[in-house]
Amino acid sequence: MNVLSLETSCEQASIALLCGQDVRSVSLEGHSNHSERILQSIASLLADAGIRARDLSAVAFGCGPGAFTGLRLACGVAQGIALGAGIGVLPIDSLAALALQGGEGKVLAATDARMEEVYFAGFQVRGSRVSPLFEARCVPAAALELMEGEWLGIGSAFRAYPDVLQGRLGERFRGIDADKVPRAEEVARLAAPRVLGGECVSPEEAALLYVRDKVAYTTAERLARGGKA
Amino acid sequence: MKVLGIETSCDETGVAVYDTEAGLLSHRLHSQIELHAEYGGVVPELASRDHIRRLPLLIRQTLASAALEVGDIDGVAYTAGPGLAGALLVGASVAESFGLAADIPVLPVHHLEGHLLSPLLSADPPAFPFIALLVSGGHTQLMRVAGVGDYTLLGESLDDAAGEAFDKTAKLLGLGYPGGPQLARLAEQGQAGRFRLPRPMLHSHDLDFSFSGLKTAVLNVVSSEAWQPRDAADLAADFQQAVVEVLCAKALAAMKAAGLKTLVVAGGVGANRALRLQLDAATAKRGWRVHYPEPELCTDNGAMIAFAGGLRFAAGERPAQVPAVRVKPRWPLMELRPPQVA
Ligand SMILES: Nc1ncnc2c1ncn2[C@@H]1O[C@H](COP(=O)(O)OP(=O)(O)OP(=O)(O)O)[C@@H](O)[C@H]1O
Repeated sequence: MNVLSLETSCEQASIALLCGQDVRSVSLEGHSNHSERILQSIASLLADAGIRARDLSAVAFGCGPGAFTGLRLACGVAQGIALGAGIGVLPIDSLAALALQGGEGKVLAATDARMEEVYFAGFQVRGSRVSPLFEARCVPAAALELMEGEWLGIGSAFRAYPDVLQGRLGERFRGIDADKVPRAEEVARLAAPRVLGGECVSPEEAALLYVRDKVAYTTAERLARGGKA
Repeated sequence: MKVLGIETSCDETGVAVYDTEAGLLSHRLHSQIELHAEYGGVVPELASRDHIRRLPLLIRQTLASAALEVGDIDGVAYTAGPGLAGALLVGASVAESFGLAADIPVLPVHHLEGHLLSPLLSADPPAFPFIALLVSGGHTQLMRVAGVGDYTLLGESLDDAAGEAFDKTAKLLGLGYPGGPQLARLAEQGQAGRFRLPRPMLHSHDLDFSFSGLKTAVLNVVSSEAWQPRDAADLAADFQQAVVEVLCAKALAAMKAAGLKTLVVAGGVGANRALRLQLDAATAKRGWRVHYPEPELCTDNGAMIAFAGGLRFAAGERPAQVPAVRVKPRWPLMELRPPQVA
């Protein structure tokens, strides 16, 4: 089984190729360059492994939450490759991929959503399995609530809002790892058993997990707030 | 050569297959007008979200309706600019990676070149060289078109584009979104001649335009004491006539100066009935001709992109060696060159 995986939901983007048990990954340095570099990197990754796109079993991608444009880059590239190669895609929760780097136990994956907010979700990690304890939400960092337990906190939110998060919830954490980001390697590892299990979808069914859905005010809302039409 | 065309620059998702021998095989369009209506204008983030949700199915349906498989496609063309960055990125990612996986060449296409060449897709196409009047929401330009990618700018709007003037004036008159077509509809019910609106730059002795003053003149009328909302249709008719008169006069002046008898009109404002009537009459009198795109190809669409890409492919143009997802939200049309033969 060969699975190509893409994760471009944050500044440090990466792609990976899983062939059997073996995963090779490549990072795409620099934010503005993701879109410039991603196809070239995919082409070399496939070439190095001696396979072509049609030899892939599926394309997995980190489907969010994260930077909107980054999410669409991964999704669009996954869709294009899948259509061109006649294969399926598999959207993988970017926070689950992040949580897998946290090791055994309860993991709170939380990333910086800008505007003083965080994307976060809780997972139970057992070996290579990541099961959601509660699903992804977007809230002000200062309003994040966390159920009882011994949590590992992982992700950029802990770097962006260290005082707010640790100050309020400090005693819930058995550890904090603020440097990890969602990576294509874990996207591929989470995808592999699901590809085998026949969970791939067609490219037109690949949905993104934006979480933040209110992105503009309607004319009526603007007027109600005393603005102009 | 069968070319898959993809357009996602603004608020329409368009897909088409153009065969350089057999012509247009199929095309599909999804308009987002309803999605943006309650916001009073295009919301870029929502536009991007809709493009990525619709594009793969639209591609599949376009192929299916022409009984084609992915393996039948020989090349891909997509709109790389100008337009909304996020929206363009959707088309670019899907198009470029489709080409990579299917091992076929992919060409970025200029959105306005698509519009400009779209009348060539009609049953009775114009021949090069011709004068083109490009009138859309973002552009008002007159140019000499000697061939694919061989464009000379003769004049353009110094401020608002003609379509933008229609849209802004529609807003002043309290019409809904999108304003241009609604203003045109209202104008049909009115009688021109009651309001003295300026004809900006009509006698400027060049081929440039200016429409922002016209909008201000309308604003002055509707904010005066004497304004009666029941006169809106008449005011709309006067506004439309002013725009049409200037567009028409300058287009004819351009033809005369260039010694060309063929005019091509492209862009959304080209759908305006009054503009068409006046251009048709003025050119017919002189034995000249005007060409418009087929009505269904007047808005943004994938067919014009597949076609423009197809012409460039057919002339031997091939993409740069290294595939990349790269868009040009601002991309002057005059930067284009004739097809580069690899
Ligand atoms: N019947 C009409 N009369 C006048 N204007 C019209 C009519 N129909 C459409 N328009 C105007 O045409 C414009 C849309 O055209 P089009 O889709 O070609 O341009 P755009 O995509 O907004 O701009 P651009 O292509 O320059 O970026 C709008 O401004 C609209 O109001």
